[in-house]
Amino acid sequence: MMKRIILGAVALLFVIAAAYASFFIAPTERTMGDIQRIFYFHVGSAWAAMDVFFVCFIANLLYVWRREQKYDSVGVSCAEVGLVLTTVVLITGPIWAHPVWGIWWTWDARLTSTFVLWLLYVSYLLLRSLIDEADRRALLSALFGIFAFIDVPLVFFSIRWWRTQHPSPVIMGGAGSGLDPTMKKVFFFNVLAMHLLAAFLVVERYILEKTRHDVEQLQREAEAQ
Amino acid sequence: MPSLSPTGLRFENIDKRYGGLFALRRVSLEIAPGECVVLAGRNGSGKTTLLRIAARIVRPTAGNLSFPGATSDSVANPRPGYVAHTTMVYDELSAEENLVLFAKLQNVPQPAARAEELLHEVGLYDRRDSLVRTYSRGMRQRIAIARALIHRPAVLLFDEPATGLDPIGFSWLAKTLGEVHRSGCTVVMSLHGESEISALATRAIQLDAGSVVADTKTGASLHSILTFRGA
Amino acid sequence: MSLLSNTATLLGKELRTEFRSRELLTTTVVFILVVLILFSFAINPTSEESREFGPGLLWLAILFAASLMLQPCFLREQTNDTLSSLRLAVSDPFAIFLAKLIANTLFLLLTEILMLPLFAAFYNIPILPKLHYLLLVLLLGSLGISIVGTALSAISAQARMRELLLPLLLLPLLTPVLIVSATVSVSLLDREPVVQWKGIGFLAIFDLIFLTALWLFGEYLLEE
Repeated sequence: MMKRIILGAVALLFVIAAAYASFFIAPTERTMGDIQRIFYFHVGSAWAAMDVFFVCFIANLLYVWRREQKYDSVGVSCAEVGLVLTTVVLITGPIWAHPVWGIWWTWDARLTSTFVLWLLYVSYLLLRSLIDEADRRALLSALFGIFAFIDVPLVFFSIRWWRTQHPSPVIMGGAGSGLDPTMKKVFFFNVLAMHLLAAFLVVERYILEKTRHDVEQLQREAEAQ
Repeated sequence: MPSLSPTGLRFENIDKRYGGLFALRRVSLEIAPGECVVLAGRNGSGKTTLLRIAARIVRPTAGNLSFPGATSDSVANPRPGYVAHTTMVYDELSAEENLVLFAKLQNVPQPAARAEELLHEVGLYDRRDSLVRTYSRGMRQRIAIARALIHRPAVLLFDEPATGLDPIGFSWLAKTLGEVHRSGCTVVMSLHGESEISALATRAIQLDAGSVVADTKTGASLHSILTFRGA
Repeated sequence: MSLLSNTATLLGKELRTEFRSRELLTTTVVFILVVLILFSFAINPTSEESREFGPGLLWLAILFAASLMLQPCFLREQTNDTLSSLRLAVSDPFAIFLAKLIANTLFLLLTEILMLPLFAAFYNIPILPKLHYLLLVLLLGSLGISIVGTALSAISAQARMRELLLPLLLLPLLTPVLIVSATVSVSLLDREPVVQWKGIGFLAIFDLIFLTALWLFGEYLLEE
């Protein structure tokens, strides 16, 4: 319990500090102005989301191999948190794009891939909601999760290599490429903060899931008496 | 014709859990080669689950299933014959096409001839070209049995074989099961009540709430088990 | 080898069943036709636009049609629990998938080939010049759709709302196939056709990756 509170407090602290750094410490970007500051939050969320989905993938593999409930719980927790983070990415993208380029959406490789990623994990959660029996649900969603994650690099590269016909504004020209040193520090600090936040959310969601299972188990045992 | 290698069944601490519910709980049973076992118990006692695990269609959550006596080439895949509530054959194919399909899949030598043989045995030879979709209940039972026996299994598993059969079909089934048992096949079937079919049993086991509660091997009477009063 | 002979036997069964009723083939052909016509009503393309958008629309139509055509794949096996008898009979459950995905690829390919002349006529696109490459792209694309679709069909058959679920699961996963197949097809049907080998290679790799995934995880998809 104590560890959870500490994690939560640390995560909150880092997020606040990162926000502060983004607004007050990072220098103003030359061409885009202050709106560029959202970049730190946007990309930080994107990286955290990818890592969370990767953990989901590992959890899925472990479930198929070991069939232990905890892996299923980790999987769904990661999927949900990852989805929230991905939604943040998809919302902050247009918020950034509109003042700068006058468009709400751009079909650049990363943003489009992120959108497909979002769809894939929405499908993952939808699939789960449509299977009633717990073990079936865990196994089938784990298998779908594995297929979905394998697809992610394929989605990304297919878009990058074949859908950059029109010159599209590059939302992020490679991590840290040509970034001012202070900006770089703020950027990585944001990445760290978002990861901590993600970790905290996954842990909390996992505990929620575990508690739900324990309650169900107790209910069943009580009914059996 | 290759002779059957008598094969038994060994369940060791079998658990089957669906979500949080235990369909089977620490079931341990040893069925000797050549036995004819009746599984009795209320609906939901775990009979179907146990049979499906024995048929290797369902994976147990815990525990081990083995087939003592299985020959070396069938140890990896003993392939019991399994008959359940549905025919498990294709409605859109004819009886003959279905049997040839299942014979080929299981590497039965001379599949066409074997299919014909079985069609004669179950009395469906005249309707062999009709699509299974057109079959009556009794005929569907026969094609299901033919499918289960096509590869000459050493173990036959039957889940409530007599459901929906008229008296003629019932008698035919009792006769067929008797013949199969006499040819050396180990038979395990789930039944309700006493009948011509239960009379074939050499042993009876009662299940309740996923556990074995009575066994004629350990002294319970056949009659009490069949009327669910063994425990 | 038992896997190959089982696959061949099951493939025979899939083909025989379908050619007896032809219900999948006819409905798929009609569906693609309707979609193609509706596209041209919705967009009303000029002849230049047809050339540019036509192939993409064709692939979109194929994808939609496939997501419907693949639904019965494992649902059919539930009617009489034939999935259980198949699992009992075959030595390697992968044979079940292999037979179905080959059959599905063939059905898709057949409908596409039937549609090609009509597509060429409606959108005024000559298809003969690079026909053999076009067929290659159709094959690799359809194979990708079938491999993933067959796997997901096994999943959706065990869930509720399966008719809506399969397209929802399938279409996001197949975006790479749509993108690459459409782009390569556009290049092939251009006034100055170009064969994009990188794209064809990508499709082949996509197919290989998912075939391997299906091989590794297939038996769990069928588990009870």
